[in-house]
Order: sequence, then structure tokens, then C-alpha cells
Amino acid sequence: MKQYQSQLALIIALAVSLGVSLCSSSIDDYYLDIMLNVGINVLLAVSLNLVNGHTGQFSLGHAAFMAVGAYGSSIVTLEMGAAMIHVFGGHGWFAEGLTFLIALSIGGLCAAICGWMVGVPSLRLRGDYLAIVTLGFNEIIRVVLQNTSGDGPFGGALGLKGIEPYTNFFWVFATAAIAIYTISALVNSTYGRGFLAVRDDEIAGESMGVNTVRYKVIAFVTGSFFAGLAGGLYAHLRTTISPEGFNFLKSVDVVVMVILGGMGSTVGVILAAVVLTVLNEFLRDFEQYRMIVFSLLLIVMMIVRPQGLLPATVFQRRKQA
Amino acid sequence: MPTLAAMFSPRSFASLTALAGALVISFTGCKKEGSNANADEIVIGEVAAMTGGTATFGTSSHAGTQMAIDEINAAGGLLGKKLKLITEDDQSKQGEAGTVAKKLISREKIVALLGEVASGRSLEMAPICQKAGIPMISPASTNPKVTETGDFIFRVCFIDPFQGTVMAKFAMSRGWKKVAILTDTKQDYSVGLAQFFKEYFAKNGGTITGEQSYGSGDKDFKAQLTAIKAGAPDAIFASGYYNETGLIAAQARELGITAPLLGGDGWDSPSLVEVAGKAIEGSFFSNHFSNEDQSPKIQEFVKKFQAKHGKTPDAMAALGYDSAMILADAMKRAGTTEGKALRDAIAATKDFDGITGKITLDEKRNANKSAVVLTIKDGKFSFVESLAP
Repeated sequence: MKQYQSQLALIIALAVSLGVSLCSSSIDDYYLDIMLNVGINVLLAVSLNLVNGHTGQFSLGHAAFMAVGAYGSSIVTLEMGAAMIHVFGGHGWFAEGLTFLIALSIGGLCAAICGWMVGVPSLRLRGDYLAIVTLGFNEIIRVVLQNTSGDGPFGGALGLKGIEPYTNFFWVFATAAIAIYTISALVNSTYGRGFLAVRDDEIAGESMGVNTVRYKVIAFVTGSFFAGLAGGLYAHLRTTISPEGFNFLKSVDVVVMVILGGMGSTVGVILAAVVLTVLNEFLRDFEQYRMIVFSLLLIVMMIVRPQGLLPATVFQRRKQA
Repeated sequence: MPTLAAMFSPRSFASLTALAGALVISFTGCKKEGSNANADEIVIGEVAAMTGGTATFGTSSHAGTQMAIDEINAAGGLLGKKLKLITEDDQSKQGEAGTVAKKLISREKIVALLGEVASGRSLEMAPICQKAGIPMISPASTNPKVTETGDFIFRVCFIDPFQGTVMAKFAMSRGWKKVAILTDTKQDYSVGLAQFFKEYFAKNGGTITGEQSYGSGDKDFKAQLTAIKAGAPDAIFASGYYNETGLIAAQARELGITAPLLGGDGWDSPSLVEVAGKAIEGSFFSNHFSNEDQSPKIQEFVKKFQAKHGKTPDAMAALGYDSAMILADAMKRAGTTEGKALRDAIAATKDFDGITGKITLDEKRNANKSAVVLTIKDGKFSFVESLAP
């Protein structure tokens, strides 16, 4: 039984998210919105954690992959959604669900392909240089989208509007659970030790026969794929997206979650994503001082707990005990 | 017996924590609380950018809106109740506007929503208000798409096509036949204005000598301006916002371009003159309102605003004021705050005597009114003429 513990947890998580989703009409709209934001941020943070935390690469362009996923999936539902629903048997949860699943997957795959295209050449770089390349990629995606024609499929600076609101509790938390499961399983497998080897000592890893570039590309592509899914979920939640929403600051928000949670600690990063998203709502009462309070909290955090809320080492030590 | 260590294998722990987290949040969320609204208060929501990139617009429109609400309350309120304005800040950020709109509707039980200035963020809130059946009045979102969302969405400003056309008409009337266009491609607003300017101008025999673009946040425009200079235009239509326009004006003069700049209401901020200094003198822009207009209604508004905030009101303040006043007027006529009846009353607004002109809401829920053209003279915005649609 013990060996199937994590699979069991995944199935329970999926079942619970479906259950909550069915009763979501009785949940207050505002609280539901915060929950969905939390879920999407968890997805973003966990996927970035694979790159920045587990593999030790510093990517500053996560919002770009989110944008690719958001635009990819929105264009699918906007341009082909009606036809697909018709083919799958008319309106209803099945046809709409299947359409959304296909749209999300296409968005995720587009993001993964972009991740691969950026990853292969640039992952031969290290540290700061990779950060600069990913930051550049983020800007390129945003500027390209901004400069598209306002009447074209990308909608120019105003972006896309009228996207169907398919995102619900189930989609967000099921995707987040699958991402958490996939990434934890990947990192904790025998194969996955390679990610940690790249992080801990790239030269030593390489001399022991670990194909470091390959590991980096895999981490990057997987992280981008889940970021793309997060983008698709975000687009179908907000029903309108524009390039400005995926700027550099959005990437920084995700990086902050990863650092605050503890690089390479999945639980810590999830916790940080939840805390930061909910905190943002609690601090609304501070009005214009909100950003000051928010920044102060981060600074205090850095001084008091530089290793993050729940650093990965806590669990490793317990395991040895 | 499973040891503590086994229980804490990162994998299972991760999944379980996520599960527990989701459960905890969902249960706290599942309880539906009653409205905290007082029975003798009408709660009106406002979403504005109080912080972030477009904060000057948000704080201005908020000041105007708040002043209108205070005046109504001082005069005894509406329908026997006092009005209560709840303002939420969206930090000029994408994604925030949608969340706060939901908060205002589901937590604060607002009867109507006022805001946002920026079209992109209004577009985010519009489907939410439409779905909830809450009338929304945007004070200054000029993009046509905003009110196309549905029949609960209104605006009290004119739309981009009109501003672009007005400036093209104005350029024609001054005898400027050759105009260069400089667009901020990051702002749909700027792109929209430029497009309609170009359409009208070209159709009526004008020549566009060059089209250049930049993105908000840029600091150096010399490359674009050098290319524009080569075409020797009579005027430059720079439809961006004030931050960049100020720099553009300064750099254009440095390069020896003497042609005046033309723009839209995005110029309307004291920062424009602070940044550009003398370089912006003699340029023109279209706006919703001029505080130099000598009509008694406007002068009274200017005086009251000055007494309260210690500065002269800008167009955003006047539009914020008008949006709240139109809402109050509709409530009075409807005799109720129920969404559908209120919507019908707002839609029936005709010849409302506002600060920004006589406002009639057309069948597309856009305001039909005239625009004013202002120039910058001795560091101040001064009234040139009023152009009807």
C-alpha cells in the first residue's frame, strides 16, 4: 500500500476537486475567485520550482510561457471552439470539457515547444546569462503580441476578449495536483537525481556521466508545459487577456513565490503561493500602503528565514532520522 | 507501522498538503455570509487604479466620484437613503480588476459599479457585471469594445473613433495637410486613436508622411523622431499617454522639429508640462472638459473641487463626477436600485447636464457629447474650441 501512497493521494485530490467543483455554485464568487487564483499560482510556482529550485537554473521568463499557453488555448476556443463543441455532440459538460481539455493541451504544448526552442540554445549558458536570456524571451513574446494587428487572431495591445469562462475549481486543482504529482515523481525518481546533480555541482555531475544539458532541457520543457496550462486556465478564468498581463513583473511574482517557499521544496513553494495570493487580498484594507506592507513582509522574511518558509532540507533530515 | 519519516516522504506529503490546503480553503469559502450593508444605505462600488502606472487617472476620477457622492448625501441622499461608496484599488494591474469587481459584487452587495479608467481593465470587469446584472458605468474607458460586452455596461466619455476624428478635423481646419503619426503600440487606446485619425485625415485629402511606433516605458524616441523629421510634417499626431509624450516633445525640439504635436485625452496630466517644459508649448490635444470653460456650472465645480482638494480638477475628476451623478439621476428616475430597472433608467439618460457637457446615452450605451480642444500655453492647458460630433 505504501508504495502507492502518492498515486492514491493524487486520485483523492482529483476526486475532491471534482466534488468541490460540483458544489461551487454555492461558494461565494469572490472566495471562489481567490481559490482559483491560488490554484493557478500554485501551478506556476511548482512548475518554476522544477527549473529554479530542483535544477538550479535561474529562469526569469515564466510569464512568457504562461502567455504562450494563454494565447494558444484561447485562440483554439475562440476560433474553433464552436465547431469542436458541435462535433462532440452539442453543448453540455462533456463537449465543453473535451474542447477545453484539447485547448489547454494545445496551449501547454505550444508553451513546451517554446520552452524547448529557448532551452536548447540557452541552457548551455549558466547562472546570470540564462536569467538574461529568459528575461529577453519574456519581453520578446510580450512585444511581439503587442505589435500584432488588432483585428488578427492575437488582438494586438488590447489582447483577446470574450473567451469562454470554462475554468472552474476542478480544472484548476486537478491540473495543479497532476503538476505536483508529476514533478515530485520526476524529481524523486532515480532518473530525477540528475536534476539535483545539475543543481548541486554541475561539473561533478558531468564527470560522473550525467548529461547536464539534457536534464536542463527536460526541466525547462516540463516547467514550460505546466506554465502554459496555467496560462490557459488564467485566460479562461478572466475571459480577457492582454500582453501587458504577462510582463516581467508577473515572472518576478512567481520567482518570489519560489524563493519565499524555499528553492527546491515543493511543499514550501505551494505554501508560499497560497500565502502570497491570500495575503494580497487581506492587505486590501491597507489601500495605498499595501505594496509597502507587502515589500516589508518580504524583506523581513529574507532576514528571518533566508532559506525560505519550508526549505527542502527539513524533509531530507527527517528522512534520515 | 509506518514511521514518521515515511509519512513525511516529500512526494506524499506534497500531494496531501495540496489536498488539505484545497479543503481548508474551500470550507472557509463555502459559508455564504450575509451582506454587511446597512438597510438605510445604498452601496455603490468603485474600482480605480489608486496605485501603479496609471495612478494619477485613478486618484483623480476617485476624487470626482467621491465628491459627487458627498454632495448627494449632503443634499439628503437618494430614495430616503444615504449613498456609500466603496473604492477598491486594482494597482493598475491586469487580473486584479476582475477579482475586485467580484469582491464588490459578492461581498459588498453593490447595486452599481463605477470604473475603470483604462479600457483593458474595464473589459475585465464588464463580463462580470453583465453576468451579475449589476449596471457598470465607466468614467473614461474610450475603447469601443468596452460597452459592446453587454447591455449593462455604459460610459460617460466619448469613444476613440470620435477623438481621433476630432483631432483630424482640427488639423484640417488649421490647414495642416501633412501629418506624421507616432503611436504607442503597447496601448490599444493610442492605436485606436491613430487608426481613426488616419482614416478621417486620409479620406479628406490629408497626407500621412510617416508612421512610427514605440512602447510605453520607452525613454528614447530619437530614432522615430529622426524618421518623422525626414517627412517634414506640419504636425505630429502623438496619441500616447502623458509620460512618453512629455519626453517625445522634449526630444523632438532637441532634434529641431518645430511642428506642433497633437494628441488625445491621455495627455491630460500636470506631469506632461513638468516633463516637457517649454517643448510642449503650442501643441494641441482633445479632451472631455476644460476647467477654463467659463460656463457657471463648470466654474462652480472647479471652485468646489479646489476648496476640497487644493488643486484644479482635471478631466478624469470631471468624468468621475459625471459618472456618479448620472447613476444618481437614474436611481432617482427608476425609484429603485434593482439592477434591471436601474439599467433601463441609465439607458434612458437624455440631455443630462453634466460637467463634461450635455450627455445623451445612445443605443450602444456610449455618451454622445462634444469634445474640447486644448493647447498648452505658459505651462497651462488653455481652452481653444469646442467641437461637436
